[in-house]
Amino acid sequence: MLKVEGLHTYYGRAHILADVGLEVAQGEVVVLLGRNGAGKSTTLKSIIGLVPPAEGRISFRGTSIAGRQPYEIARLGLGYVPEERRIFTELTVDENLEVGRRSANGTTPVWTPDRLFVLFPNLARMRERAGSQMSGGEQQMLTIARTLMGNPACLLLDEPSEGLAPVIVEQMADTILELKREGMTVLLSEQNLRFAHAVADRALIIEKGRIRFAGTMAELMANEAVRTQYLRL
Amino acid sequence: MDLILIQTLNGLASASSLFLVASGLSIIFGVTRVVNFAHGSFYMLGAYIAWSLVSRFGSASALGFWGGVLLAALLVGLVGLLIEIALLRRIYQAPELFQLLATFGVVLMVQDVALASWGPQDLLGPRAPGLRSFVSIFGNRFPTYELFLIVLGPIVLGALWLLFNKTRWGTLVRAATLDREMVGALGVNQRLLFTSVFFLGSCLAGLGGALQLPREAVNLHMDLSIIAEAFVVVVVGGLGSVTGAYLAAVLIGVMHAFGILIFPKITLVLVFLIMAVVLIVRPHGLMGRKPSLVQQGATMREPLLSPATREIKLLGAAALAVLAIAPLLLGNYGVSLLTELVILTLFAASLHFMMGPGGLASFGHAAYFGLGAYGAALAAKWLAAPMAAGLLFAPFLAGLAGVVFGWFCVRLSGVYLAMLTLAFAQIAWSVAFQWVELTGGDNGILGVWPAPWAAGKTTYYYLALVLCTALVLALRVAIFSPFGYALRAGRDSPVRAEAIGLNVTRINWLAFIIAAIAAGIAGGLYAYFKGSVFPTYMAISKSVDALLMVLLGGVQTVSGPIVGAFAFAWLQDWLVRGIAEYWRLVLGSAIVVLVLAFPQGLVGTALRWRGRSQDDDVPAEAVR
Ligand SMILES: Nc1ncnc2c1ncn2[C@@H]1O[C@H](COP(=O)(O)OP(=O)(O)OP(=O)(O)O)[C@@H](O)[C@H]1O
Ligand SMILES: [Mg+2]
Repeated sequence: MLKVEGLHTYYGRAHILADVGLEVAQGEVVVLLGRNGAGKSTTLKSIIGLVPPAEGRISFRGTSIAGRQPYEIARLGLGYVPEERRIFTELTVDENLEVGRRSANGTTPVWTPDRLFVLFPNLARMRERAGSQMSGGEQQMLTIARTLMGNPACLLLDEPSEGLAPVIVEQMADTILELKREGMTVLLSEQNLRFAHAVADRALIIEKGRIRFAGTMAELMANEAVRTQYLRL
Repeated sequence: MDLILIQTLNGLASASSLFLVASGLSIIFGVTRVVNFAHGSFYMLGAYIAWSLVSRFGSASALGFWGGVLLAALLVGLVGLLIEIALLRRIYQAPELFQLLATFGVVLMVQDVALASWGPQDLLGPRAPGLRSFVSIFGNRFPTYELFLIVLGPIVLGALWLLFNKTRWGTLVRAATLDREMVGALGVNQRLLFTSVFFLGSCLAGLGGALQLPREAVNLHMDLSIIAEAFVVVVVGGLGSVTGAYLAAVLIGVMHAFGILIFPKITLVLVFLIMAVVLIVRPHGLMGRKPSLVQQGATMREPLLSPATREIKLLGAAALAVLAIAPLLLGNYGVSLLTELVILTLFAASLHFMMGPGGLASFGHAAYFGLGAYGAALAAKWLAAPMAAGLLFAPFLAGLAGVVFGWFCVRLSGVYLAMLTLAFAQIAWSVAFQWVELTGGDNGILGVWPAPWAAGKTTYYYLALVLCTALVLALRVAIFSPFGYALRAGRDSPVRAEAIGLNVTRINWLAFIIAAIAAGIAGGLYAYFKGSVFPTYMAISKSVDALLMVLLGGVQTVSGPIVGAFAFAWLQDWLVRGIAEYWRLVLGSAIVVLVLAFPQGLVGTALRWRGRSQDDDVPAEAVR
């Protein structure tokens, strides 16, 4: 469904991603693990086109998307959920969802506010509330719900568990599994190994802008050496 | 009592068209982050186009008049649309200053297009059919059309509110105002959104202009006079807030109306006072928010100022030697041209002083140049002061304005600062223009002659050369003094500078005053050089001249303004002599082309070219 090859990305003069490659199959949940500053967010931003890659091929459902505008990529069915959440603070929950609304692509069931409020019951109670008056966890739910309103076929989730209380992290894991059951394809970045273990089928480890490990979640859990080298702080 | 009522109504009526223009400006800024200088030109075009359409359709019939007005607004919207697609779209990523400059290029072009299409004379518009009568309010006759305008303001405000809060388009626009990149990542085509917003804003400006038809004659000065007022409204109301724009327009409209009763000559002083009070109480305007840091437009990335190298010093000395012996080789015309150049260099260097190390880009620096010139001229005319005294009074007056205006300006930054400096310059200009008893108005002040000993062209040239060189060098010394370093620290990181105990606002204020004083001396020298002063010395185009000089040379090089002044003066001399009539059109196009070709500025572009060839293969590890 999503395939990245030989990706190189720069911020100004700084070479951030070097030869990154990855593949996500239909219906799969793949996690991109790595320490702070390893290049996880940059990888996702390169895919969605917010930080255009200097080099490399990205194809999504058979279409080449490298170098396209973010809005074009999003319209092809790729949903992006940023790490900083980026809720429209002065818009209400309903309005935030409205901004994300796009008609369905045929393959996935249509997400409506009502269905999303089933998935995120907290949000249902604050439809008229401004984004700025929501807790971090609520904002995290809203940012995912907002992207789902675009009826994407594949989600790019940047550190969904970051800064959330343990209970909420569990809810988040359940939500992702629920989405997976619905047939959603997910590429997420994480630092929380337990969370990753709970949701992902396969794992990639990135460090200093290079992919250092690729395998199933089970292989990673069995490989103490790799985890110590790239994930322990 | 009824006088108060009538004046309030008058104020409300003028507030309406001011609101139309300012709200358009504000909406466009909110989404695109571009302060559209050409917005006043859209207003003027609205008035001219409406005049033509209404004349053609027949002003007697309601359909002819209102149809003409509405069609004019739509046509102006289309003009805005074309400009957005052809120009602005390409420079959304450019530094703010270049965006402002490019839209100013459009202002110049529209002025000449209007001149060519409608001629230089004022055009009187028809009265609105159906609204020609007067109503009696407490025994005063009050025009119905004015009442109509009063009602129109809140109606448009309400319509805009509905549009922004109750439609999907409005929701998208509000979201884009908060985080346009995220809106794009959610699949919204921002280009379309920006273009549609620009269309709406331009229509509003066009409508504002068209509706002026029954109230005032259409003329070629409408663009800059309204844009200065609109800037004030937007700054007072809070950038990006439509409701704020309405409140501010009403406040300023009403104050204006009362000002005319109290001090008819200097109504602008009242406007100024309101602005002062609002900005002291609410620095981001009535309904404004503190601009978020994430959203700020690209800033200039140019090398830091560094002291002159040995070669540059030698080069400077050589240039100075050439300037010193030049009169021996040149005729009268050449000496005159050089005198002007030397004075302009000081003017440019004074602007550079606040812009380069201080990061304070003024769009109204001509105010201080002009006030200097008027200082000298007024001293000569009213006090019969000798030249020496005149040359002292020049920087005094300019410095005084620097103290007062600067106090407000340094509280703001970026485009806010640019808008406010421009508004102050426009205020200074209109005082010179309107206070005929004191300044002679449009006719200026003549007979400002230098002292007999300096009357010879060559002598005066040397006088100017010595004074300007000394001052330019003094400014250089100041840039590399502890004060200059503090100024730069404040520019690069206000927070950090405050943390190490620098009072950034005070330092910037001082820089502003110094720049004003230096510009004032240049103005004083200019007055004695020309023998006369005119309000045009303070005109916005003069301020832009200074900006062009600094930008041509490069903001972050100390010798930049000197090179820039020479390049600019040569260019202008060539333009004015070569194509006397439509030089604005040519200059405007040149500015637009320059910005399009070098959206990062000349120096920035050169750096990028150099950078690209050098850094292609820096390995990732080396950068970390
Ligand atoms: N806007 C930017 N400009 C310049 N450098 C950046 C920018 N954003 C990130 N970087 C640098 O790029 C590298 C990778 O950053 P990235 O945000 O992709 O890391 P990450 O793996 O998402 O880290 P985290 O877990 O902290 O979110 C870091 O060295 C970072 O400093
Ligand atoms: Mg990250």
